[in-house]
Formats: sequence, structure tokens, C-alpha cells
Amino acid sequence: MKETPLSNCERRFLLRAIEEKKRLDGRQTYDYRNIKISFGTDYGCCIVELGKTRVLGQVSCELVAPKLNRATEGILFFNLELSQMAAPSFEPGRQSDLLVKLNRLLERCLRNSKCIDTESLCVVAGEKSRGLNSDPCAYQVWQIRVDLHLLNHDGNIIDAASIAAIVALCHFRRPDVSVQGEEVTLYTPEERDPVALSIHHMPICVSFAFFQQGTYLLVDPNEREERVMDGLLVIAMNKHREICTIQSSGGIMLLKDQVLRCSKIAGVKVAEITELIQKALENDQKVRKEGGKFGFAESIANQRITTFKMEKAPIDTSDVEEKAEEIIAEAEPPSEVVSKPVLWTSGTAQIGEGVENSWGDLEDSEKDEDEGGSDEAVILDKMKMDTGVEVSDIGSQDAPIVLSDSEEEEMIILEPDKNPKKISTQTSAKQEKAPIKKPVKRRKKKRTAN
Amino acid sequence: MAERGLVASESLAGCRPRAARTVLGQVVLPGEELLLPEQEETDGPGVAGERPLRLNAGVRSRLRVVCGPGLRRCGDRLLVTKCGRLRHKEPGCGSSGGIYWVDSQQKRYVPVKGDHVIGIVTAKSGDIFKVDVGGSEPASLSYLAFEGATKRNRPNVQVGDLIYGQFVVANKDMEPEMVCIDSCGRANGMGVIGQDGLLFKVTLGLIRKLLAPDCEIIQEVGKLYPLEIVFGMNGRIWVKAKTIQQTLILANILEACEHMTADQRKQIFARLAES
Repeated sequence: MKETPLSNCERRFLLRAIEEKKRLDGRQTYDYRNIKISFGTDYGCCIVELGKTRVLGQVSCELVAPKLNRATEGILFFNLELSQMAAPSFEPGRQSDLLVKLNRLLERCLRNSKCIDTESLCVVAGEKSRGLNSDPCAYQVWQIRVDLHLLNHDGNIIDAASIAAIVALCHFRRPDVSVQGEEVTLYTPEERDPVALSIHHMPICVSFAFFQQGTYLLVDPNEREERVMDGLLVIAMNKHREICTIQSSGGIMLLKDQVLRCSKIAGVKVAEITELIQKALENDQKVRKEGGKFGFAESIANQRITTFKMEKAPIDTSDVEEKAEEIIAEAEPPSEVVSKPVLWTSGTAQIGEGVENSWGDLEDSEKDEDEGGSDEAVILDKMKMDTGVEVSDIGSQDAPIVLSDSEEEEMIILEPDKNPKKISTQTSAKQEKAPIKKPVKRRKKKRTAN
Repeated sequence: MAERGLVASESLAGCRPRAARTVLGQVVLPGEELLLPEQEETDGPGVAGERPLRLNAGVRSRLRVVCGPGLRRCGDRLLVTKCGRLRHKEPGCGSSGGIYWVDSQQKRYVPVKGDHVIGIVTAKSGDIFKVDVGGSEPASLSYLAFEGATKRNRPNVQVGDLIYGQFVVANKDMEPEMVCIDSCGRANGMGVIGQDGLLFKVTLGLIRKLLAPDCEIIQEVGKLYPLEIVFGMNGRIWVKAKTIQQTLILANILEACEHMTADQRKQIFARLAES
């Protein structure tokens, strides 16, 4: 995805703000953003946050054959990854110019400054005197690999990455080894405590952004400031004020005074950051020793989103119970609903008022079709006469009715609360009424009607 | 947005999906299934007698429901696709149904037809400007889509300028199209935004909150300093006050409003008003 372009108004505003010695996040010219260091559950794993820029550092080790020209030295390997997770404009799997530049700078800062004692990483030394006939695979050294992943990009990647790399290296513990003759034994953490790397000093990069051909200077530029800057000066330094690397990019002419001033500022900043790193490392060590909780999950603070939050009105709940009791006491007792079950026929009972019976609809429509012949009407008439009797019979619950499904020709709907005459008169009229009434359907033999 | 003619059926209900009515204002999660309110409420039992000829009593009349952002119709099921709070708006003219949507927290903007957004002009090609709106694709903006623009009288737009406009075309898989005029051909506040001021980005949720009709934040901010402000639904805010300092303060306050409760906000505004 393409990078979001910087609008003219942003550029103008930023430059004007810098002229007035103001920065977007309210920092002063020489202020760093907040640095936060948190460690993972494993050794050699850390996340460094520089404001909103986040870098994950992870150190791993492996026993390998040494390089031929440096047979007694361990190997250090640095790799910084810029994933799309950090910013959508970073393309995956492509070595962008920025990435190459950052990786190179990181290597110069950490490997070339010899901050790690590589000779202590040698397990079985290769001796030149052994000559060509000896097996080069017998020599073994540790290869230390530092993987750095940018998790979020908000400017000044190099400072965050260099801090993450040195913190991860300081935190890292490699398995202990012992050599007896030609045999190399590797101990698990349970058998022997892992050993820390021997680190001589901690080089840390400090970036300076220059604006308007070097007229204005800012420490720790954020993403938007990086986009409007003219030039960048990176100074890598340790707390003994020894410059490890210095690099100027952007093609601006810097005066000797400016570089000296920057190195002075860098010295102060590096001292502060080193102290912070040491404190973080000590804290982690203490927590681990005491058996407390450690790891990323413990160190990440929950940030709550209140955008959609609705405030709740405070409710006085002190006298809720009394009030509820009062209301109950005042209220009338509920009227007792007693429904009498009515037994229309044996096996068909009704409780309460009853609702629409959809069966009635169906039967009606069926009957409409049936009621074509004149003799049917006669039969119906007969039925009408005995419906009245039937009802009374039902009331006595002693009806001499035999129910059977065998004969289909006569179907009658008995409606005790209605005038039976009405049913027989007009089918159309019945149709309208039917759904409202509670029809009780019966099939009965002619014989029983008599 | 998909419109939906609904036949709510109990058969698919099972016991797992929750009824949309009961979870209003609650958090829903992607993949969750929702049930819409049943149609029976509209034709009560009293009317039932009027339809004796209807054999199938189970048939229900149609109900119009609009699925807003975060919801998706899948067959005759309603699925949640975003994490957030379920919201509902009753339709204007009686009946049931209405609009359901999920209030979620996100930064990535997806163009929606009719949205007012702030874009950055990235290219001028012939008679079309390419405008970055923060979506997956840049939007196109015709030079004729400005108030008073004719073939001869072209608007003065440079690459890098800010544009406040409205989407007229915003479809899936299609290039969105913006205009800076309303249906009557009037600018109505849209067009090129001035050269000063500060543009910054916030989450889409905050923009919706600030643009809500009963939002107190805007009124409180307005009391602080005289200011010009433009909100784009794509999460961009342009603000300009008299001085750089004031502009910076306003931008930082608006950004911070997202993580503050009303009480905290009032305290901060009171402190600023004093200073």
C-alpha cells in the first residue's frame, strides 16, 4: 500500500511550529519520547517502546563452525525486519533502501564497536597449528543471532532498534557448555544455570533531525518530523562518552560546532538511557528471582476506550428493600384466576376462554365442499335438533356417543353457545363466524343420533 | 449496506443465536448470529379473525431491516462481522424494522457513499484529481465538481492540498468518486481547505462521537478558543486557531478525548480555561 502523502498544510505547520520551538506532542527540542522496556518470559526477548514506535528484540544462539579467518571468535548476526504491521507502506519481502541503511547502521553500532566479547563465545578453538588435516567441523563457536522486528512505526526506528538490540543481548542467557578433550557437553537450564554474554559496553544510537539547512535541530524525531526534515545525524555512543558510530544523511552541510554540540547532547541522552536499561534489567532480574510474575502479558497496561462509554446515573440503593416492601404491601393481592375445565366429550377438555382454533378453518372449508347435495342439508337439519340434546348430555358427562373414524360422510360442528339453527342456514354466514367460535368437531354415526 | 426483506423463522433459531432486541447496546463479537424481532408484534391477535381464508397461519408480512456496518446478511441469517456494541435506530415512519449496526473501534476507513471526508490531493492527471482518503484506493475527483467550475474556469488545486468533499460513488471493487458540490451545485462548505492549520488523524469511533448531534466536546472546545475545524468521516481532523500554540492544544485535546471520561474532560477544560 502506498504511504499516506503529507499534505502541504501539515508540512507548513510543522516547519512553523519548529521555528517557534514547539513540537506536536508538546516535547522540548532535546526531549526524548517516553521509553518503556518490557521483557518476555524467555531470556533474550524484549519490547522497547519509544513513544508509539515499538521494536521487539529476540536473541537466539546456535553452535556452528567458525568463520575460517576468525577461528577463535563467535559470530554475531543482526537482522532488522520492517513488517507491514508497523506501517502499511512497508512492503514485505523487499529490501528497501531504508531497511538496508538501518541494518548497516545497526551492525556498525553493535558489531564493529566490539561491545560483545566474541572470543568468549568460542567453545572449541580452531588452532592454525593443527594444520589442514584437522576437521574444521570440530571447531565450534556460538552464533548469536539478534532478530529485531518493528511492531509499530512512529519515527526514529534506529534509536528504538539499537536500544532493543542491546537490551535483548544483555538479557540473554546462553546454555552452559563444558569441554572435556574433544567432547562438548551442552547443559539444559535445569542442569546448569545459563550464562549471560559478556558485554563490554552498551552503544546506543541517538538521532538528530535538522531542518532548514541545519538551522533547527530536534532530538528523537517522530514520523511526521522525519518526513519534513532536511537531514539526519545519528551518533552511537556508550556511557563512557565513546563514539561508536557517527553517520550523517540527507545531504546537509554541518559545521564542526554543530557536530560537537550534538555529541554533547548524545552523551547526556545515552547516560540517561543506559541508566534506564540497567534499572529495567535489574527489576526483571529481581522479579524472576523472587518468583513473581513476569513476561509481556504482565507488563502491558490495559488502555480503556471510553469513546462509546455512556455514563451511568448514580442510583441511591440504600432504601430499595423498604420501598419494594412498601409497594408490595400497598398493592392489591392478585385476583385469583380459577378456570373451570370443561369436558366437551370424553378426551376433549377445555380450560379457560380458548383461542382461535385453526382446525375450524380447515374443517369449514372442507365442509363447504361437502355441502352441495340437498340430502346433506336434511341430515344437517336433523343434527341440529339433536345438538341441543347433545350439549345437555355432555354436561351430564354421560353421553351415549360412540366416536368413530370409520364413517366420514357426516361431520358436524357443535356450537353449544350459539343458536344451532344459524349454522344450517347459510354456509357463507357460518364461514364468517367460525373462526371466532370454539367449534367442537365430532364424527358420529347416524345411529347414535337417533 | 444491504437491505433486507426478512422472514424471521424459528427453525434456524436453535438456542445459540441471541435476539437482536435483547443485546442492544451490548458487545457482540464477529461470527455471532443475531435474530431479528419477530413479526407477530405488528399484527396482533385481534386482527387475526379478519383473515379466515388464509390457510397458512404462519405467513408473516415483510419487514424492512437495514444492516449497517458490522453486520452482514448471509442467506436468511444475520451475522456479526465486527467487534463492538450493537446499536439500533427505529425507522422514521412507524412499523418495525429499522437500522441495526455495530459501533466498533477501528482506524482503517472504508469509503461509504454520502460520507464527508478530508482527502489529500496526490496527483493531477488531465481533468481528474487523485485524492488520498485513507481507503484502500485513492478517490477520483473531477475538476468540474467544484462550485462555479467550468471548462474554462478551473479550480486552483495543487498536489498536497486538502480537499473536503463527499462521496458520490463508493462501491466495492470500484474506484470511489468524490465531489465538492451538493445536488444543487453549491459548495455548501466543501472544497479546498486553506493552507494553514493542522491535519491529524484519530480513530473513526472518535469522529463519530464528535459528530454526534448531542456532543458536548465540540461546544466545550468552541468556548476555549475561536477556531475553525473540519471533521472528515475518514478519521481526519483539520483544525486552525489563531496561533500555533492554540492549534496544538486543540489537536492534543481532541486526540485525548477518546480515552477520557466526561469528568476528566471537564477538569482539563476547566484548567485550560484558567490558564
